[in-house]
Amino acid sequence: MKDPIVPMPQVAPPAVATAGTGASSLPVPASTAMQWLRTMHLVREFEVRCMQSYQEKKIGGFCHVYIGQEAVAVGCVAAMQPQDPIVTAYRDHGHALARGMSSRACMAEMFGRAGGCAKGKGGSMHMFDRPNNLFGGHGIVGAQTPLGAGLAFATKYEDEVILGGKSRRVSLSFLGDGAVNQGAFYEAQNLAGLLDLPVIFIIENNGYSMGTAIHRGTTMSHDICIKGRAHGLREATIDGMDVLSVYRDMKALADWCREHSRPAIVDMKCYRFKGHSMSDPRKYRTREEEAHHESNDPIITLERRLTNAGVLDEARLASMLKEVREEVRDAVAHANASEPTSASELYRDVFVEPWGRYTGSSLPDYMGGATNACTFRATDGKEGLV
Amino acid sequence: MSAVMSNPLFREPLSMAGAEREIEFRDAVREAMCEEMRRDKRVYLLGEEVAQYDGAYKVSKGMLAEFGAARVVDTPISESGFSGMAIGSAMLGLRPIVEFMSWSFSLVAADPILNNAPKMLYMSGGQFGCPIVFRGNDGAGGQLGSTHSWSVEGLFSNVPGVKIVIPSTPADAKGLMKTAIRDDDPVFFLESERLLSMKGHVPEGEYLIPFGHAALRRQGKDCTICSWGRPVHFCLEAAEILAKEGIDCEVIDLRTIRPLDLPTVVASVRKTSAAVVVDQSWSFASPGSELAAQIHRHCFDELDNFVHRVHSDDVPTPYAVALEQEYLPNVRKICEAVRSATYRA
Ligand SMILES: Cc1ncc(C[n+]2csc(CCOP(=O)(O)OP(=O)(O)O)c2C)c(N)n1
Ligand SMILES: [Mg+2]
Repeated sequence: MKDPIVPMPQVAPPAVATAGTGASSLPVPASTAMQWLRTMHLVREFEVRCMQSYQEKKIGGFCHVYIGQEAVAVGCVAAMQPQDPIVTAYRDHGHALARGMSSRACMAEMFGRAGGCAKGKGGSMHMFDRPNNLFGGHGIVGAQTPLGAGLAFATKYEDEVILGGKSRRVSLSFLGDGAVNQGAFYEAQNLAGLLDLPVIFIIENNGYSMGTAIHRGTTMSHDICIKGRAHGLREATIDGMDVLSVYRDMKALADWCREHSRPAIVDMKCYRFKGHSMSDPRKYRTREEEAHHESNDPIITLERRLTNAGVLDEARLASMLKEVREEVRDAVAHANASEPTSASELYRDVFVEPWGRYTGSSLPDYMGGATNACTFRATDGKEGLV
Repeated sequence: MSAVMSNPLFREPLSMAGAEREIEFRDAVREAMCEEMRRDKRVYLLGEEVAQYDGAYKVSKGMLAEFGAARVVDTPISESGFSGMAIGSAMLGLRPIVEFMSWSFSLVAADPILNNAPKMLYMSGGQFGCPIVFRGNDGAGGQLGSTHSWSVEGLFSNVPGVKIVIPSTPADAKGLMKTAIRDDDPVFFLESERLLSMKGHVPEGEYLIPFGHAALRRQGKDCTICSWGRPVHFCLEAAEILAKEGIDCEVIDLRTIRPLDLPTVVASVRKTSAAVVVDQSWSFASPGSELAAQIHRHCFDELDNFVHRVHSDDVPTPYAVALEQEYLPNVRKICEAVRSATYRA
């Protein structure tokens, strides 16, 4: 069967005016939706400042911004519980902020400073946040998908083997539409299907992997969920440009995965408004196409919904924007002021313990081992996991 | 510097005095895994054919029956997928043991085992470690041809963040495996298929062997031979032949190449003034070349000759039995190297 050539993911037209009026027209409390709006603005503002700082050479290496896709991370994180593990790819600032990483720690990491979430050793593509159960941004396309299966394996194992019970956590593994073509993703889906792992693979289908439009790199690109159907995954196609849909559909899917301890795949339709990275002239798509999608800005969509519902007005929006700008300005100032990571960090964190936790042999004397008794350096055998 | 360095450099040579119980190498590895799984519920085993089939080489025989399918997990043939999955589970706090049917097959899992496991702690600024053991058969000698005969230590020892264990005896295999499972960092545990049926004394009861502690297998005064894994046995054989020629060799079994017990090697070479390194990986940019460079650096004044090296020949592993034996670091090559290093050629 020949794939139909679809220029772009089919995103529903702005679902704004139809949404009814009054706060009761919102599927969540008004304060919650307002919080999402704030986080989406925070991500947008953060990324704008990242682009600036990159031009100023404060940020080095590769830097991929999330502008246009804010509804995906914010809606998905909102649909999950704080203890649900999340792993993602290199376009990860939005996920980190949505998960609760401070904009200071995130920006300082971008700047390669000691105050960064990984002390400046990870960088833009590798945001890790243990307290918020963010198991990294990962720079190798697709590599995070088996890790996501592993997080689900661990939560399931924890419940069944260690604590005795039913799986309580669902893992999210984000990937791009380009990562769909990595072999590791198929192995991960197959394992998740076989082993009943509660993991949701969320394909952030922004239509492009670098300059390759999805139909140029992926068979059946009009129906990406078919990749999961082959492994018996539950599926959902979600409008990733509308945070309320993302939340509603992800919540339903996550509840199902939690209940049944089964994996799922999501075709999350979205669009990245900016280039792939900081050095992308975007010759592979037209400005008209971009304008079309920019008219479906997830932030404006939510603002309209909230305005129609009577919970947002110009004054409140202005004060929210002021607050967000102030927060990001502070993050940049903090990153600038943060100490460069010191050279003493260079050799730290290569190993937990370079020579291992045992300092002496416990082989019996007659085998030449017992020059000193076996010494433990750490306590272990704790119950439960992180 | 760790306490390892302050240990007395030499322990008594391995003596089998009092040795009663003899078991196979594979049984020793299994005993270690079982003891640790009984001790710590976070430890589990996964890999191809490890459960229902009892392991392709019967290392995990009977473990499914004892621990059940949740902890002894059969996987499809997806080295990349299941390695990555195990690493993800280790990030969350489990302590997986991943069996590669052969380390040769780990090459399709290069990304997770080299890019994820050893770098996670560093990239996350110390937040996420990766306490995981990868284990399986390594090295040539079974006429399996080029694709199945890798000595992966040649490639993998180049990567910071991994510990590499290459035991040569059943007793070491058990003690080192237990240490590997309790270690908080990624450990590559390289078994030799040629050694799996080897029997040796393995003490009953619990013992551990620390990483970075070489074992002195034979004492001698004329030449230090350093090796690890299966070639240690060839070195001991060569030492017997050389002894008859009046060359008294000291044989050091490094047991782990990362970390590397340099003090033991250096002390020995300072005594003998001659060194031969025997490594079954290829010579170019290998653990053997690293050790030779270290000996040159630390024993520059004491050496009477350059450090000689014996490796597998610099060609893909041949299938034909005679060719394969010629290709490997064998007794003849070791004897020649020692004679040359000690000017008795
Ligand atoms: C294994 C691997 N190959 C190539 C790259 C280079 N690369 C980085 S991002 C990217 C495109 C991926 O696109 P997609 O998965 O759709 O994610 P998006 O950038 O759209 O978020 C490529 C080819 C890489 N990082 N890893
Ligand atoms: Mg994409």
